[in-house]
Amino acid sequence: MVSMGEKKAMRIAYGEALAELGAVDDKVVVFDADLAHATMTCKFMEKFPDRFFNAGIAEANMIGMAAGMASMGLKPFASTFAIFGAGRAYEQIRNAVCYSDFNVKIACTHGGVTAGEDGGSHQAVEDIALMRALPHMTVVVPCDAVELRKAIFAAARFDGPMYIRVGRWPFATVTGPDTPFEIGKAVCLREGTDATVFATGVEVPMAMEAAEQLAQEGISVNVIDVHTIKPLDAEAVRRYGLAARRVVTAEEHSVIGGLGDAVADVLIGERLQFKKIGIRDIFGQSGKPDEMMEEYGLTAHYIADAVREMVRG
Amino acid sequence: MTTAELKEKARQIRADVIREIYEAQSGHTGSALSAVDLMVTLYYDTLRVDPARPDWEDRDRFVLSKAHANPALYAILADLGFFPKSELHTLRRLHTHLQGHPNRHETPGLDTSNGSLGQGLSMAVGMALGAKHLGKDTKVYCIVGDGESQEGQIWEASMAAAHYKLDNLTVILDHNHLQIDGNNDEVMSLGDIEAKYKAFGYHTIVIDGNDIDQIRAALAEDPHGKPKGIIAETVKGKGVSFMEGQVGWHGKAPNEEEMKAALRELGDDPEVQVW
Repeated sequence: MVSMGEKKAMRIAYGEALAELGAVDDKVVVFDADLAHATMTCKFMEKFPDRFFNAGIAEANMIGMAAGMASMGLKPFASTFAIFGAGRAYEQIRNAVCYSDFNVKIACTHGGVTAGEDGGSHQAVEDIALMRALPHMTVVVPCDAVELRKAIFAAARFDGPMYIRVGRWPFATVTGPDTPFEIGKAVCLREGTDATVFATGVEVPMAMEAAEQLAQEGISVNVIDVHTIKPLDAEAVRRYGLAARRVVTAEEHSVIGGLGDAVADVLIGERLQFKKIGIRDIFGQSGKPDEMMEEYGLTAHYIADAVREMVRG
Repeated sequence: MTTAELKEKARQIRADVIREIYEAQSGHTGSALSAVDLMVTLYYDTLRVDPARPDWEDRDRFVLSKAHANPALYAILADLGFFPKSELHTLRRLHTHLQGHPNRHETPGLDTSNGSLGQGLSMAVGMALGAKHLGKDTKVYCIVGDGESQEGQIWEASMAAAHYKLDNLTVILDHNHLQIDGNNDEVMSLGDIEAKYKAFGYHTIVIDGNDIDQIRAALAEDPHGKPKGIIAETVKGKGVSFMEGQVGWHGKAPNEEEMKAALRELGDDPEVQVW
């Protein structure tokens, strides 16, 4: 188990969680599309070779096969990079998985700009928007390695299509073994009164860091870990959003169609200040993940600046 | 069933297809008619299914990947008793259980929801792979279209079927040579389709896909550890002379006069309400 503050990549935790899950649930099968050593499904493959199926570089067929497997009562997890899963195989996810309502878990790594050096072609900045728009789909974006493990076990118990975005790069662990995790329930990781930051994925550690900076200036903020983007915990969004009346959303994703829009849908018509932190409708580029976070305005100080502007007017 | 009985079923199902699509005034008449003999032989002679238990775990699976031919499938499922025949009046209507393309949540007896061409075969491959993994003797059958075979996903799925040695999978190509915009060879030629099937690793059999005896023999043939690929040479619109081989009947509903002429040719009395 990683300790608080320690950096561990979610994809490493994903491979470990699958291998652990495989030992207790023999219905779990895993598909990959020739990226097992990047998505880390290789950890499952090594332990359960007879339950691991490589689709080769053919994501559309991988999703269809996973749907067929699910129809036989198995619990497939299908993994690749977010751009090839949510992107290339979008319509297969729509029709073979969601429209058919088959119990397929699509767990994609390398979402967002922290996919890094491979460049913009490989960085899905729109996967959450695409998956969120699909009827029957549940969308989960864990914030660290500890939460990711809980999400994978919860996914195996959940019957229905689910998209899980798995981070590539190690960021600080901000949840612990006792932090509650329930699909569809946002988690308040830090309480405050001046503003509320709703964050998802790797922006949760960024929001926690921003909250710490702001506390030193006498500004206190709620940090809400919105690990389930759909169904959104609308009750928590209203409660924490209306309590502070100053709202910031933070996501490593386009500002179009992701967490920010989902939160805004709930708070629309309310008298409050609202800012979105996210990628500004542009493609990514090559760079180191930490540089990318800065380049695209996703690090803690951007969140802190957004709060300061609202508090100080 | 004897060959004669299967032929009679096929005649009756063709008449049902004409009535369904006429009532809906929407649907793919020619595409459904070409595949009737294939589906009749599968459902009345081959598939292990039980209308009383549509969710029976050990049933064989059928995926109509060229899902626009589903009026024929609906007529068969109704005839077998999966749902009342009176439902056939509701094809493609608002709130119907018989959606324009198959929705497994609406229609008892369907194993998938599909309709987007190219996707059904991947699902069938997943089913066959799942059956093998679970140690079940379930067999999986999938009918694909020739126009549909222009989708790259068909070949991704074919590659996987051979890679995983799915000898419990049978793919049947309904090769009627016509698609919406014209002849396959004008739109996008499939080239030497038999050579392609062989190259992709299918135990390949070419038959007259409107000949029940040939279909039966092909379905019974030992695939020698490979997925079976049956190239069924069919006639679009088969059974109704003025529809046969006519691309215009791909996705067209008959008017009253055409419906009556078609039913008379099929040996049905258009004035008699059959369901």
